[in-house]
Amino acid sequence: PNATKAAPKVTPLSKILIANRGEIACRVIRSAKRLGIQTVAVYSDADRNAMHVAMADSAIRLGPAPSVESYLRQDKVLEAAFKTGAQAIHPGYGFLSENVEFAELCSKEGIIFIGPPASAIRDMGIKSTSKYIMSAAGVPVIHGYHGVDQTDEKLRHEAEKIGFPLMIKAVRGGGGKGMRIALTPSEFENQLESAKREAQKSFGDQVMLLERYVERPRHVEVQVFGDKYDNYVYLFERDCSVQRRHQKIIEEAPGPGISNETRKQLGEAAVRAARAVGYVGAGTVEFIMDPQQNFFFMEMNTRLQVEHPVSEMITNTDLVEWQLRVASGEPLPLDQSQIHLNGHAFEARIYAEEPKNNFLPGAGPLLHLTTPKPSSDVRVETGVAQGDVVSVFYDPMIAKLVVWSIDRASALRKLRSCLSEYNIVGLNSNVDFLMHLSSHPKFIEGDVHTDFITQHHGDLFPSKPVTDSLVGQAVLASILNEINVSSSQQGSTSDPYSPFASYPMSRLNHTYQKNVKITCQDNTYDVRVTSCENGLYKLKVGQSEEIDVSAKLSVSDNVTSIELSANGEISKSRVVFLNGNVHLFTKDGSVAFAMEKPSFLTSLGQGSIKQGGAVAPMPGIIEKILVKDGEEVKLGQPLLVMIAMKMEYIIRAPESGVVQKVNYKVGDSVAKNAALVRFVSTDKK
Amino acid sequence: MCNVKRVVLISSRNYYANDNVVSIGTDQDRNSETFQDNYDRMAVLVSQLKQNIHKIQEGGGAKATQRHKSRGKLLARERVEALIDPSSPFLEFSQLAGKGLYGSDEVPAGGVITGIGRIMGNECVIVANDATVKGGSYYPITVKKHLRAQEIAEQNRLPCVYLVDSGGANLPHQAEIFPDREHFGRIFYNQANMSAKGISQIAVVLGSCTAGGAYVPAMADESIIVRKQGTIFLAGPPLVKAATGEEISAEELGGADLHCSKSGVTDHYAVDDLHALHLARRAVGNLNLVKKPDISLAQPEEPLYPADDIYGIVGDNVKKNYDIREVIARIVDASRFDEFKAKYGETLVTGFARIHGYPVGIIANNGVLFAESSMKGAHFVELCCQRRIPLIFLQNITGFMVGREAEAGGIAKHGAKLVTAVACAQVPKLTVLVGGSYGAGNYGMCGRAYSPRFLYMWPNSRISVMGGEQAAGVLAQISQEQRKREGKQWTAEEEKALKDPILKKYDVEGSPYYSSARLWDDGVIDPADTRKVLALSLSAALNAPIPSTKFGIFRM
Repeated sequence: PNATKAAPKVTPLSKILIANRGEIACRVIRSAKRLGIQTVAVYSDADRNAMHVAMADSAIRLGPAPSVESYLRQDKVLEAAFKTGAQAIHPGYGFLSENVEFAELCSKEGIIFIGPPASAIRDMGIKSTSKYIMSAAGVPVIHGYHGVDQTDEKLRHEAEKIGFPLMIKAVRGGGGKGMRIALTPSEFENQLESAKREAQKSFGDQVMLLERYVERPRHVEVQVFGDKYDNYVYLFERDCSVQRRHQKIIEEAPGPGISNETRKQLGEAAVRAARAVGYVGAGTVEFIMDPQQNFFFMEMNTRLQVEHPVSEMITNTDLVEWQLRVASGEPLPLDQSQIHLNGHAFEARIYAEEPKNNFLPGAGPLLHLTTPKPSSDVRVETGVAQGDVVSVFYDPMIAKLVVWSIDRASALRKLRSCLSEYNIVGLNSNVDFLMHLSSHPKFIEGDVHTDFITQHHGDLFPSKPVTDSLVGQAVLASILNEINVSSSQQGSTSDPYSPFASYPMSRLNHTYQKNVKITCQDNTYDVRVTSCENGLYKLKVGQSEEIDVSAKLSVSDNVTSIELSANGEISKSRVVFLNGNVHLFTKDGSVAFAMEKPSFLTSLGQGSIKQGGAVAPMPGIIEKILVKDGEEVKLGQPLLVMIAMKMEYIIRAPESGVVQKVNYKVGDSVAKNAALVRFVSTDKK
Repeated sequence: MCNVKRVVLISSRNYYANDNVVSIGTDQDRNSETFQDNYDRMAVLVSQLKQNIHKIQEGGGAKATQRHKSRGKLLARERVEALIDPSSPFLEFSQLAGKGLYGSDEVPAGGVITGIGRIMGNECVIVANDATVKGGSYYPITVKKHLRAQEIAEQNRLPCVYLVDSGGANLPHQAEIFPDREHFGRIFYNQANMSAKGISQIAVVLGSCTAGGAYVPAMADESIIVRKQGTIFLAGPPLVKAATGEEISAEELGGADLHCSKSGVTDHYAVDDLHALHLARRAVGNLNLVKKPDISLAQPEEPLYPADDIYGIVGDNVKKNYDIREVIARIVDASRFDEFKAKYGETLVTGFARIHGYPVGIIANNGVLFAESSMKGAHFVELCCQRRIPLIFLQNITGFMVGREAEAGGIAKHGAKLVTAVACAQVPKLTVLVGGSYGAGNYGMCGRAYSPRFLYMWPNSRISVMGGEQAAGVLAQISQEQRKREGKQWTAEEEKALKDPILKKYDVEGSPYYSSARLWDDGVIDPADTRKVLALSLSAALNAPIPSTKFGIFRM
């Protein structure tokens, strides 16, 4: 690469600060460590014991948990850099990564911002400007309204000019936030209002752009890299079409079905785009692609993206290392001719969320966490470990599972297999959904587009009946676990081989029958297990015929497995026991069973008494209260607004009635299912 | 000095190459006619036993069970299941108690379920009234079974949990229940004295506890009661009304609210059976018990031969001979048996082995007892007592040798040596009747009178002072001689008329069912379960320290 132009001096980095948290902070620290660079972490009060803090060489507290008081505090981040003597700041993604003011502040304070120049962020951050520049640089764009006149009348007028379906998008938005689609003119006002409100909340700015909405589009993006010597390369494209809530969930590189010719065109267009803004560092140029592989510039993300690992896997590069080198003034390590596409990679984002409940973001403790074994082909990029809590304050991503193989089919097989080894208990996750998604025939074919999940919704949420075998596995696993507990209690005596632990459930002159009630997906099964000694049992599930089974519970590498053998058929699952629940993880997904709890437990404890009223759909913070105590409300009337995972939720009256008391005030954080409003129904009187 | 005794763990897997030659037993020809015939005959006996037990499991019958359950109460057996650790075995005693004792009055399991199970990792004796059997009232056999369970608890230092649901003494039988030393009052005497020895007494009141029964919770160290279900009072509402005219409900008179908040008779308040049993588990968990077996322990190993071979070896005819070593080979760890004095007094087999890792000395009959075998047995008991090794007796004995030569050889004094040694031995003694148990042989082989910690019978076994034929023969002889003195005739018909009822009587009374119904043993067991039952019993016995033995005078 060309290192002669202007020759900015090379400043070898010896200490950097990572102004981020979670997996990306850990990811950056890992590469920095490998390069012998010291690392400084920053943290909020919620992250005092987080993995990135533990991994870094030192760490500085920023402030309370909300990100506006911690990770978004530019002054605090800079102060931390000064205090620790860090030469450079890596912003990760999100937070301050695409903040022009921050990039400028860094350069003013003489600290290297590991990212593009502030001007490039500004140019690309304002969508209307970026499109203009791109168009000028010969990059294909879609037409729309990017004007400064933001009056509702003007926007309406422009919308009608462009036509429907229409996309309304916050100019400074990203990640699906501040973005709405109006399918018909009648929806326009409502969607505009909603987009503005969200944009204001997220970016403090509600300038909107309008664009034609491309149907059955693919989201294809190109990883580019630039240095300070006007060298640019592309590292091929990623397909991130399959999205829910307009957010990516599974990404792959290279894009399936994309011809080499298109690939080259994409790459070159992306490089032109980068060059047009004098880009330095890692960036992503996003294109929208139609079924004929025509592509149009959408936006440029001026940061290292969440899904960068798939590009690394197919080019055998470490993009964080490249970022650090480029930031220190070195030229790009490779030129275009040295970058080769090799194999295929997938990334699945594992989120705390409820796919069945419209992918509602979640939070909670990771009571049990098993991950696939990392290897050169399997990466588990995470910032949490078992026992950590996925906090309501930040993005609910638990991990990125990245796999590589020589071709798409084998990479996808590997992804599915690894997903079945990603076992989470304690909160709802999308692992099962990802397993269904990655096994869908259309996905396997590579027939992906941004409406994939909506289109194949029925297939992606199959209603799987719980088989007797699974019920039997759960019951026998729990019985065998009790036997293990009994053996482990030997420790409290000096009689390590007591036969009272060696003849489980043994009875004299008769066999012991254990009747178990076990619940799964709102069905309760009556199961009768007869212990016949030597690991043999008779099993009767519900009204089914009684069968002879043998069962074995084994532990290896901290993973417990149940093996049930019946009629010559052996079925296996991974199993996790927690608080009287049995979680089975099979190759097709997970099933949770609840063992019957004695009634005295609930009659003694406070219990969760369900009151009439509106409850929090997920953990979050009360943003706005729209009703007063004593107010009469109608069915569906908004009662209050909650912010959770940076998304807003309107809590509506579940029926007509009178609000007795609003149980929270603005700013309070609430748990999932918390009764927000005490409410007396006036219906059915 | 530190008083903690070290437990020595011997890894039995690591033997030197030549140390395995001590294994005994031979592979049986399982297709031989004898084996098959024996097998089938024993299998019939075992299956009869299991059928009987199955019936007994049902308690007081369908109607009583339904009535009991309709009140939201658990059955006695369900209570035991909920009390013990989920995977714990339950070593149940005397399932056949009371069988056929009261004519048409069936008292399944004697109306009370007793046994040893693990609660929070601790081996405990459990006594559970079965209220579906005559309201849980105490028949004489119920008292005897309750007292036997307490005796087991006391001898082996096992905490007692009483699951009380009983109407008290069965009034028509009061004379056989109330007045004597080993009658109802002894239950409370035992509670007091066990408590004094630090053997915890825990009572769970799951039903009524009237009159004498009131003392079970009242004398317990800790007691639990179920609201609107358990009641405790010295006199119930009818008696109160008769005595004072006061009208009061059972709940007001002695319910959980009264006893937990006012009288202080009970300590813990439960909302239902499961809660009460949960509280009982917690109570046991708080006993701060540590079992410290004061003997060497080894990792258990299974015998080399299948347990049910015993069926084919032994059969059902106690007169048939077989080598008792074949039985031992199917009971002890790795079939390893270090025989002692193998060539001396060969009708008594003695030797060292391990059962489920516990060291044992085994004394087993292989024929009639001679002077030599008696002396060998006494010697071996001395060894075990000095080394604190529990003794296992496998009884199959017709008696000591009789006749001029034997008497002249001092069989009486030699036999007495064995009886003395067995009587005085303080190590845990466990007896299994694997065949006949007749006469003084029963004494020398640690019969019930010699206080073995546990005594079990196989379904083929027989017990009586002598065999029916011998008894009939003796009585016929006496009659014949009397006739002779009187100068009268003694016909074969007369002899038959005299002998037949005696034979029949001995046949009935010598049966293990007859014995077990009267609690002359702790239960009839499947021979294939012998190893398991002995292992559990040994484990229970080792909760008590093994005292040293002082022997009486051995007549030389």
